[in-house]
Amino acid sequence: MAKVIIDTANHIAGYGAKAARVQVVPAYPITPQTTIVEKIAEFVEKGEMDAEYIRVESEHSAMVACIGAAAAGVRAFTATSAHGLALMHEALHWASGSRLPIVMAVVNRAMGPGWNIWPDFSDSLSQRDTGWIQFYCADNQEVFDTIIQAYKLCENEEVFLPAMVCLEGFILSHTYMPVKIPDQREIDDFLPPYNSGWILDVDRPYSHANLVSPDFYMEFRYMIQEAMESAKQLIPRIDKEYGERFGFEYGGLIEKYQCEDADLVLVTMGTMGSEAKITVDNLRRDGLKVGSARVRVYRPFPREEIQKLAEQVQMIATIDRHISFGMEGFLATEIQASLYNRGDLPLVAGFIAGLGGRDVTFKTIEKIAKKSLKWMREGGVEKITEWVDLKE
Amino acid sequence: MVTIKELPQEEYLLKGHAACAGCGPSIALRLLFKALGKNVILVVPACCTSIIQGPYPYTSIGVPLQNILFESTAAAASGIVAALQQKKLEGVTVVGWAGDGGTVDIGIQALSGAAERETDFIYICYDNEAYGNTGMQRSGATPYGAWTTTTPTGKRERKKNMPFIMAAHRIPYVATACPSYPIDFVNKLKKAKEIRGTKYIHILAPCPTGWRYTTEKTVELGKLAVQTGLWALYEIEYGKFKLNSPSDRLVDKAKRKPVKEYLALQGRFRNLTEEDIAKIQKWVDEDWERYRKLASNYLL
Repeated sequence: MAKVIIDTANHIAGYGAKAARVQVVPAYPITPQTTIVEKIAEFVEKGEMDAEYIRVESEHSAMVACIGAAAAGVRAFTATSAHGLALMHEALHWASGSRLPIVMAVVNRAMGPGWNIWPDFSDSLSQRDTGWIQFYCADNQEVFDTIIQAYKLCENEEVFLPAMVCLEGFILSHTYMPVKIPDQREIDDFLPPYNSGWILDVDRPYSHANLVSPDFYMEFRYMIQEAMESAKQLIPRIDKEYGERFGFEYGGLIEKYQCEDADLVLVTMGTMGSEAKITVDNLRRDGLKVGSARVRVYRPFPREEIQKLAEQVQMIATIDRHISFGMEGFLATEIQASLYNRGDLPLVAGFIAGLGGRDVTFKTIEKIAKKSLKWMREGGVEKITEWVDLKE
Repeated sequence: MVTIKELPQEEYLLKGHAACAGCGPSIALRLLFKALGKNVILVVPACCTSIIQGPYPYTSIGVPLQNILFESTAAAASGIVAALQQKKLEGVTVVGWAGDGGTVDIGIQALSGAAERETDFIYICYDNEAYGNTGMQRSGATPYGAWTTTTPTGKRERKKNMPFIMAAHRIPYVATACPSYPIDFVNKLKKAKEIRGTKYIHILAPCPTGWRYTTEKTVELGKLAVQTGLWALYEIEYGKFKLNSPSDRLVDKAKRKPVKEYLALQGRFRNLTEEDIAKIQKWVDEDWERYRKLASNYLL
């Protein structure tokens, strides 16, 4: 039977892994992720979850053990943050290049130095080009639902790629919220047992991931790109089917709010999307036509949806909890790149906010919206990248 | 204990593999399959075997092989072992097969972790005493005095004692081997297969390309390494140290050939002085004093 529990997003991620009937969990602690793997350890030791729990000696080994487990034919899950994710970097490439449907919770945290354990998307966005699908969640329910959806997506034969389910440290990871956990039989019905494209099998003795010459390498990369395009088609369908079955739907690739008649759309990721909705409500009361578009899936990037959105608005303001040093926030870059070569473009302004866990409230976003509206009326942006609330 | 006549005819290291002529590790790889048969999942990091197996879409290996990142052989094996346990699939042996750089240097963390977790697999280090696949750079397993491309005048430090490091993990089985003694190696593998937990076998595998000797001398050099006592064949079973034949007959220094006989055959030791050779001889003799004590019922 479905039940509602009140718990932190990290514990909920543990419930998600359990509900997905994950079979191998290599685990290594790092703040603010740790309580995910603690929760799973508790499930496994109490016999509530039938999984092998490997207490690995590093995040690098955690990811490689996931690769080994998925290659040997079982569903694998792990979780990490910041420096742990950075340490996994080369293994992330190996997982996607091996086309293994691993799912990992990434509890977003800033990269040091100095040590900073608070939310920031620099960790997962630095892994942009590793061939992983990236989901960003706005609340605890979405964390649970996205883990289930991610396995459904990744194990689709048109995809066979790994996915990160990203959630911001503390804002979600350690915050209690009510979450509906569907009936296990219904989840099993939605998410069949593990499916992958290949398996280590003594009766089919292939060498996997051996040397690939320039004659073949490019085609393998192209296949990953095709899989990403397939994922882009499948994510909205899976989200819709999930919504029909369990009552929660997130708009597929982008969660749009009050965008239909908007002049200005605020583009965010993660919990800033929830705050942006409050800003939109407040500004709408003042008669300002503002909407919010929360990018839920960053890879594959929803280029076509952004293009559609751009056709109906005068201005887009991106808010990045991240900076690509020497350029701008990734959302700003991706959105401008999505729109180039198309006529009649809206203005795009990029805002950097909330780095290293600085609060981004609906009031912060209101300031961003008002500045954007001013630039919109003036017909040009004053600064291509504006750092919000920067101390002098 | 098998004899050479009892070795199976089946080959799982197939013809046409890409090893150098006279490659010591490839002899050991062939024997590995003779000992363990086809129900093996082989995990291979970046190493000479990345090349030996051949490029996509070919393979020279007749068992499923997972290539994996340089430092992570034992971590990948951990994941595979866990998956097999979860699937309750028995009768498949997971084998990590890595070079010395991938074992004693970059891979030591993952290996140490897997051993401490009592992961049920066999880990084999095939040691040619340098980073062979990248063209012979110094590793932690390179011996004192040896030329490598990063120690052009000879290495100044001693070789890391990896089997003893693994024994310090209190794993049930540690052994040394050399492809010049095939039956010893095969029997050790067969024994390791029957033991639950982490089994570590360290093979000294002569490498004509890197050691600078002519390709027909690989077996001879392996034998000389053992006969001079530079490489001892032993097992540490549940902490108990035991010398194996022919090393068990070499405790008496008079029975051991001088190390110079081994060193002189290799171009990589060309720059050694008489003092260097004397130093190496002294270290070998000290090692054997230690082996003698360990072999007399001393628990490691």
